[in-house]
Amino acid sequence: MLELVTISTLNGVLYGMLLFLMASGLTLIFSMMGVLNFAHASFYMLGAFFGFQIGQILGFWPAFIVAPVLVGGIGALVERYGLRNVHRHGPVAELLFTFGLAFVIEEIVQMIWGKGPADYRVPASLDFSAFTAFSTNYPAYKMFELLTAIAIFAVLLAVLTRTRVGLIIQASLTHSHMVAMLGHNVPRVFMLVFGVGTGLAAVAGVIAGPALVTQSNMAGLLGPILFVVVVVGGLGSLAGAFLASLLIGLVQTFAVSINLSVADVLGGIGVAPPVGGPLFDLWNVTVAQIAPIIPYLLLVLILIFRPTGLLGTREH
Amino acid sequence: MSDVGSGVANVPARVALSQPGAAAVVRLAAPWFALAVAFAILPAIFTSGSALTMLNLMGIMIVFALSYNMLLGETGLLSFGHAVYYGLGGFLVVHAMNTVIHDRLSVPLPVIPLVGGFSGLLFGIIFGSVSTRRAGTAFAMISLGLGELVASSSLILRGFFGGEEGVSTNRTKLLHMFGLNFGPQIQVYYLIAGWCLLSMVAMYALTRTPFGRMCNAVRENPERAQFVGYNPRTVRFIAFSLAGLFAGIAGGLAAINFELVNSSEVGAGQSGLVLLAAYIGGIGSFIGPVIGAVLVTWLEVMLSDVTDVWQLYFGLLFIGMVMFAPNGIAGLMMMHAPLWQARAYGSMLRLALTYLVALGPALVLLAGLILVIEMTYHLSVKASEGTAISVFHVALDAASVIPWVAAAILTFGGFWLFRLTWPVVGAAWHEAFAQAHGTGIAK
Repeated sequence: MLELVTISTLNGVLYGMLLFLMASGLTLIFSMMGVLNFAHASFYMLGAFFGFQIGQILGFWPAFIVAPVLVGGIGALVERYGLRNVHRHGPVAELLFTFGLAFVIEEIVQMIWGKGPADYRVPASLDFSAFTAFSTNYPAYKMFELLTAIAIFAVLLAVLTRTRVGLIIQASLTHSHMVAMLGHNVPRVFMLVFGVGTGLAAVAGVIAGPALVTQSNMAGLLGPILFVVVVVGGLGSLAGAFLASLLIGLVQTFAVSINLSVADVLGGIGVAPPVGGPLFDLWNVTVAQIAPIIPYLLLVLILIFRPTGLLGTREH
Repeated sequence: MSDVGSGVANVPARVALSQPGAAAVVRLAAPWFALAVAFAILPAIFTSGSALTMLNLMGIMIVFALSYNMLLGETGLLSFGHAVYYGLGGFLVVHAMNTVIHDRLSVPLPVIPLVGGFSGLLFGIIFGSVSTRRAGTAFAMISLGLGELVASSSLILRGFFGGEEGVSTNRTKLLHMFGLNFGPQIQVYYLIAGWCLLSMVAMYALTRTPFGRMCNAVRENPERAQFVGYNPRTVRFIAFSLAGLFAGIAGGLAAINFELVNSSEVGAGQSGLVLLAAYIGGIGSFIGPVIGAVLVTWLEVMLSDVTDVWQLYFGLLFIGMVMFAPNGIAGLMMMHAPLWQARAYGSMLRLALTYLVALGPALVLLAGLILVIEMTYHLSVKASEGTAISVFHVALDAASVIPWVAAAILTFGGFWLFRLTWPVVGAAWHEAFAQAHGTGIAK
């Protein structure tokens, strides 16, 4: 039991930190432009595929640097030549633009790399077990993922709160006109943040790619969860996004390891569950099986009982 | 959006509604009568089996896209989970049909879509009470979450949703009336056409009621709608439930047409498709989603025959519409309405000529892009099948340099020439409108 809790906690924190790598960029972009970037998970997928492709040629470590830079560049171009033009048509058009972009990126990835999983492997230099907890060997690569995510989190926090660039970004979020008056190029700040945000998503993709499956549906699987994170955390709240990332990471990881169903619980207290009927599955589904829908249940509950999200201050 | 324009245009129609004189009734009913005649004779024009299948799909998509437009176009609610009501309507219809067959109930097939409508309404009321508290981004996210919730549940609750293979039925086993067994495709066509017409009339009538106007008010300015004495949340909730009703009817028609419903019908793909259809057609008017539904269905069937990467073209078309024509195809057509009203036929002809001039380079650009996409696809995914491909019936070798150079020249040259035509078209446009203004008819 202790073993399960330890390993699940580690995995949960790891998953949560990966979510936060993406949610942080998404939240910053949302705070500035007032638009949720539907294609954010697509940049994560691009990161994984770029990492895979560049890794084939140059090896893992150069790819670890080059892929996020490339994806961030693409993100900045998308902001400059796409989103900025659509902005005048209003927020719905912006959201729809990123929706279409997600669609197109998925199709392009399928067109180039096919629908099957890419053979993206853990690099040999990290392919050993870091430590043995109880009887489970914990892979070093997962520790690497965790440390990378924490390091980026620390750097991001330091840049945003301790540097001049961070001050300008923070000021642009709330008082963009005033920042422009002071002589800063606010559209360029937006482009920079969009580029860095998509680059962070790509970092998550490069390091998550070998551990998870690098496939053209990975954006579609993760994207909705990412939205759950930013809505549950509170739209526009970076601290809320951090909290919600960890929460959802832990909840999903723990749920997968619990094999308990309503029928078991009813049986435990001496009640026979109903047999048959079109909804009989409801009684026999285990918690592990409903793990994929737990985030969405959480989303609906949060929106009913605390519409601003955990740490959000404004209602959108 | 052309709200001001349509608002002005609608005043006579509303007066006519409140005092229905004989002439007004004829004027109101004439377009619908013409549409009914068109629906009736379409199978005589498109006689082949595949054309009939496509007409059926179009009819279903028209109802679905119009129901979506009740949210996005009329009430300003951007939903990413509208397929929930379509799919659940379909599932309940299939289960209802199987129950009817099993218990030998005397229920004929034509009334079965009502089951879909009621289930769509029911789920619209349930989910709408949660999600319509707020509009905007929050609503969009909730609809996405609810959509994922139902889509994921559909794979878990195998008893109701039938797992991977879905639930099937047999539409010919229900009570036969007037010798109709709904085995032949043509009978199903008339069933779908009838329900499509009925739904279109109902949804159009709804936009003409005070409730329809309140939906528009809530879309434009919820605060002011509240001042007038209407709760925006209630208006959104009712609109959402009614959209669920018509989506359920569309889902029921689809279930009857395919005799099979599976979990992909409630999924994100279906929700995305209806959004694409409504938006490409144009959400600012009633006719827009109809155009979009017909076009998207046609493209889906036709493009998927020609190329494997048809969804990429679809997505690019959608992004192009969002960037350059946010009011859709209907919006593009409406832009020319003042010229038509001013009877400025001469300047319209000149404008059309400049369009033709711009069309040439645009087609060259398009050909270049298609060449790049198809050759990339054949080099990467289909590499095992060899590099020889044929694009527009021209045989090419995707591995050699010449086709790539040609594609690059076509793309960049086409774009450069296309860019040159923009000022020409713009000048013709301004001239045409200046002349129309000069006659004092166009405002």
